[in-house]
Formats: sequence, structure tokens, C-alpha cells
Amino acid sequence: MSRYKMHLLVCGGTGCRSSESDLIVENLKKVLQEKGLDGDAQVVQTGCFGFCEQGPIVKVLPDNTFYTSVKPSDAEGIIAEHVLKGRKVERLLYKDPKQQTVVSDSKHMEFYQKQIRIALRNCGFIDPENIDEYIARDGYAALAKVLEEMTPEAAIDLLKKSGLRGRGGGGFPTGLKWELAHKNKAGQKYVVCNADEGDPGAFMDRSILEGDPHSVIEAMAICGYCIGATKGMVYIRAEYPLAIQRLKIALNQARDYGLLGNSILGSKHSFDIELRYGAGAFVCGEETALIHSMEGQRGEPTVKPPFPAESGYLGKPTNVNNVETFANIPAIYLRGAEWFLSIGTAKSKGTKVFALAGKINNVGLIEVPMGITLREVIYEIGGGIKDGKKFKAVQTGGPSGGCLTEKDLDTPIDFDNLLAVGSMMGSGGMIVMDENDCMVSVAKFYLDFTVEESCGKCAPCRVGNKRLYELLNKITNGKGTEEDLEQLRNMSVVIKDTALCGLGQTSPNPVLSTMENFADEYAAHIHDQHCPSGQCKALRQYFILSEKCVGCTACSKVCPSEAISGEKRQAHLIDQIKCIRCGACMEKCKFSAIIIPSTKI
Amino acid sequence: MNKIKSLSDLRKIKQDVENRLDLREKSDNPERHVQIKVAMATCGIASGAREVMNAFIEKIAQDKLDAIVTQTGCMGYCHAEPTVEIRKPGEEPIVYGHVDVEKAVAIVDKYIKQGELLEGIIPVNYQTV
Repeated sequence: MSRYKMHLLVCGGTGCRSSESDLIVENLKKVLQEKGLDGDAQVVQTGCFGFCEQGPIVKVLPDNTFYTSVKPSDAEGIIAEHVLKGRKVERLLYKDPKQQTVVSDSKHMEFYQKQIRIALRNCGFIDPENIDEYIARDGYAALAKVLEEMTPEAAIDLLKKSGLRGRGGGGFPTGLKWELAHKNKAGQKYVVCNADEGDPGAFMDRSILEGDPHSVIEAMAICGYCIGATKGMVYIRAEYPLAIQRLKIALNQARDYGLLGNSILGSKHSFDIELRYGAGAFVCGEETALIHSMEGQRGEPTVKPPFPAESGYLGKPTNVNNVETFANIPAIYLRGAEWFLSIGTAKSKGTKVFALAGKINNVGLIEVPMGITLREVIYEIGGGIKDGKKFKAVQTGGPSGGCLTEKDLDTPIDFDNLLAVGSMMGSGGMIVMDENDCMVSVAKFYLDFTVEESCGKCAPCRVGNKRLYELLNKITNGKGTEEDLEQLRNMSVVIKDTALCGLGQTSPNPVLSTMENFADEYAAHIHDQHCPSGQCKALRQYFILSEKCVGCTACSKVCPSEAISGEKRQAHLIDQIKCIRCGACMEKCKFSAIIIPSTKI
Repeated sequence: MNKIKSLSDLRKIKQDVENRLDLREKSDNPERHVQIKVAMATCGIASGAREVMNAFIEKIAQDKLDAIVTQTGCMGYCHAEPTVEIRKPGEEPIVYGHVDVEKAVAIVDKYIKQGELLEGIIPVNYQTV
């Protein structure tokens, strides 16, 4: 048997694949064969490494060399230099954004140093389309252990002890949820995996399903045994084609091995899973709406109680858990509740996966222990703010969360702490904003999203959010009044109190938190008709610095509304009334003489 | 495909496929294993470093040793190629020069397994970070 000296792991997540990582795999294999090295090095397409900022990623083992922004044409160089001669290809190595030094391997990257990977334990490590590699990593051993050694009650007890809380946003104790479903006696029960990830900028669940689908399948089978269900369903958005494809492959492999189907692992437990496709409505991430959608009805939520554990899919007891929650479960059964309890804070145990996005150097997918601070996440793992700009705010919890500012950066991240400072954990989206972001516009962006995604069933959400959006629009156009602010605040509180489901109950959060933390920005829009960050087009002003202007006339030539006047070789001037704020002059100016002033002129 | 019927069936599959991931598992925590670095620059390859590296890999697999074989670039001891650096967990690295297949086996048997130093040590004049 040939033994590989090297493994070349190529990221096969959606992000890297859209930058042709498929072709990289193909080229690497081709070049290896041409050079007769296909017995020396193995090429593996894995799930996401998390470092999406500079994908596609190729990681070379055993030396953990981390190549970034690899192109298909680089395959030749990697093999000729690294595989054949043992010399790293310097130009492809990761460069530390702060020190500007080349980092030779992933062990020395700040991005990975504070991460603990439980849910993502196999992402970027195994080939997700190969069940044997999952088994080699103790895959399905948790299922075997539970089936052979534990009663459903004991298994639920262990999960309760571990303190695992739902990772979809609510943070409800998972063990308790299972117990409720277990206690309800009924002929048929269901296990549902919620893979309807809808937060803007979030891709945690997608990456888990793409990188390690078996971990979710195994956990669902364990859940089936515990609550007494023989049927499982994954509700996944149809817009995740790669995740669906890998899930299908994984399901077939598990069935072939008898890990799904009748009498699994020689036990009396039978369980199988089918896929249900969602059309991508945000509200269907809410469990009652999700269940209705699966039943073929409109994706609208209903009042709880009854909870799905009593009456869910087709009126039967149903347990709904999020993808990331499931992905944690096999590890908990293998390593025990005490191990899981040792990670995290007093009331939030384990880790949380976040999708880091926005104005941050290392955009990507990270898994960190609960209790880490936002500062560590943003400045160490995230590598700080892009282009050396100033940090302004971070939005956690997506459209349901709030904006946190500098003063909250040292808050240890967990379910309760984030709620206490006016935001929430949510499913794990984390969007970082810098000094150039207008917070009124940010609130408007999220409201635009909730207005679009509201199912329309209850009036507070359907009508109220639309009104909130209109008020924010008025303010960003410089027509807002002090009364509008008052109305924004009142209406937000009413919507929170009266909306039917989680979507409406949390949709005013971005408005409330930006009003609280950035009151001066709202005031500038209303009283001075000015947007301090220059984002609101209607309020933007362009201004020529006379000491920098050389009078080249480039700006006046490009101005479509003839708003710029001035003699050749003399400072020019913009007529603010004629100016249509297109920004063409600023783009054209070679002398940085045109600016958007941060205070009203 | 054979169905998996019990935990022991599962373990059997795990054992069969484990060595496929062995390299990946070890590279996750390289400092916990004996690291063997074979200099594979032009000078090294010309003097037979490739055969030496293969010998190490075979020997380690055969003896089921907790070690990891890496190739590296030129270490600067071109006069003594093939050169091999051995780093045991928590110890300073030792570099052997003029290593051939026979010596590779001896290094594993004597130095790695029993801690006995062999002839041909090159004094290390560099530091790695």
C-alpha cells in the first residue's frame, strides 16, 4: 500500500468553489500524475477552512502550510516547488495584515489561535463526500455508544447535564427540548433539522452541512432514539445547492452502511431522513412557520403554545433543532458532559460559530469558546478593521439583534451578556462597521429586510415595520423631525410587545439600539440635515479644498449638472444647489482636493 | 457494501481507514510527535534524500511510531547531504548528516526509540521560530 507523504487539502466550500477551487483540485491531480507523484501526495477536497477572506485556500500537510488566494494556474508551482523540492511558494503564503510579515503555516496565524472547533471539528479536515473519513474521526461512534449503552432517558439526561443551548438564536436548553418531546406519547414523532439559515451575511449552517454533513445526520439519529422518532427531516433552503448535494451523498452512504434505515447497528432503533426544500423565506426559520411550510401550507408562524414538542408536524410531537446544535451533539456524547461544561461561561457552555463579515480584515467563519470578548474576535481573530479605519459598531444577531459599540467590546460573548447589552446571540452573524457607515442607514437596511421578509400575518409586523422603514427613510432624506424620533421609539416598543412571532418581536431591535448608541447621528440628520459619515446621498455635500485645488478643470468637465465653476489654474467651487451628488468630480480629482466633510458646512 | 452491525464493526472500519487520516491528525499537533525533517533541496535530492525520506516513512509505519516526516528546503549543510533534522517533543533538534537508508533505520532504532546518539551529528547553528 502506498503511503502519502503529503496531503493537499483544497477548500471545497461555496465561497472557494466560486473562485474555481474545483479547477485547482483538477489541476493539482493532473500535475501530480504528469510528474509521477500521485503516489506521494494526496489531493482532498474538504469543507470550509473559515478563512474565506483570501480564498481559495490550499493547505499542505504535514507542515500546515497555508496558501491563500490560489489560482488554478498555481497548481504547477505548488507541486514543482513544494511537493517536489520542499520549498514553500512564498508569494502564496498568508501575510499578517498588522505586521505585514509572511506567516508560513496555519499554526502561527492569529486567525486560528483563539478558536476551538467543536461544531466545525471536521470542516477543512475531512472529505465531506467520504463517510470513511468521518468514521476515522470517530464518526457514528456516538450513535453506537448511545444505542448500545444508554437508555433514551439516560441519553437525554447527559445532554441536559452538558448545558447545550440551541444555536439557532433562542438559546433554549436542548436537553430540555428533547425531554419534552420524549415525554409526549404518540405513535409517530419527528426530528427536524432547521437548515433555513436566513440572516444576511450568515453562512454557519451552510458551511457545516457542506463540510461535515454526517455530524448532523448522526446527531439526528441520536435524537430520534432519544425522543422515540423514526423519521427525520432536514428543512434546507433550495438556494444551498452544494449543501443539498453533499447531504444527499452523505445520506446514501449512511444508508449503504446501515447507519440509517431499519434496526441501526443491530439495535431495535430504526431511523431515516428525508430532505425538504424551503424557498428561502426568512420567517421559515421560525419553527412553527417551518413546520407549516413542510406540511405544504403557507410559511406563517402560529402562536405557541402548543409547542412543536406537543403538536408539530402533522400534529405530532416534533423536535426542531438547528444545524449547529446538532453538529455539537456527537462530540458531547463521545467526550462527556463534563468536557463540554469545561468550555464556556457559567450559563452558556461550549462554543459558538460566527460568520464574520463587513469591514474587517479576516472575513470568514470562526468557532470560538463562549466568554471570549468581542474585542478578541474583532481585533485578534478578525485582524482588525480594514484599511486602518476606526471601528464604529458591530451588529450581532442579524436583523433581530442590535448594534454594539466600543464600550461593549470587552463584554464576554454569551447568550445572556449579549441580551444584557441590548443585542442578542442570534444564529451567529457578526457584521462589523467602520467610521464610514451611517447608523441610520444601517437600521434602514435591516428594516428593509424585515419588511421584505414579514409574512404579513399579524398587523404589528406587517404594518408597523413598514411605518418604521418609512420614518427612517424620511430621516435619511433630511426631512425628519423630533416627533419622528419619538414615534420611532414608541412604535418599536409596541411592535416588540405585540407581534406574533420572533421575527416581529425582534425586528425593531436595530432601530432601538442605533437610537440608543448613536443618538447624535440621528440628531445630525434631523437638525442639521447632515449625514456625518456621508453615506446618505440626499444629505451628502461635496466640497473643494481651495488650498489643494490646482485648477486643472477635470472636475468641471466631468460634472453632468455644470455645478462646478472656476478659472483655469485657480481654485474651483461647487454650487450646492446645482449639485446632484453623483460623486463624479471626486472620482476624477487627482489631487484629493474634493472631500465629503464630516461636519455640516 | 457490508452493513455495519455493531460498535465493533464500526471500530474495524475505523482501523482500516485510520492510516489515511493519520498524517492529518498528526499535523494538527506537530509538537506532540517526533518530527523528522528531511532536507529536500537540489543538493539533498541529488545525494539520495528521496530514498532516505521513503525509508523513514516505511520504517515508521512498520514500527507504528508516533512520528511525522516532513520535507524541508536546504538547511545549508550541502557538504553533508542528505541531512535530516530530528526534533523530539520538548527537546532541542539534532541534525544528522550523510544519512543513507541504512542510517535512517539506525536513527529510528537507536536515537528515536532509545535516545542513543549516533555518529554524524552536525552542530546546529540556527534557530527556528
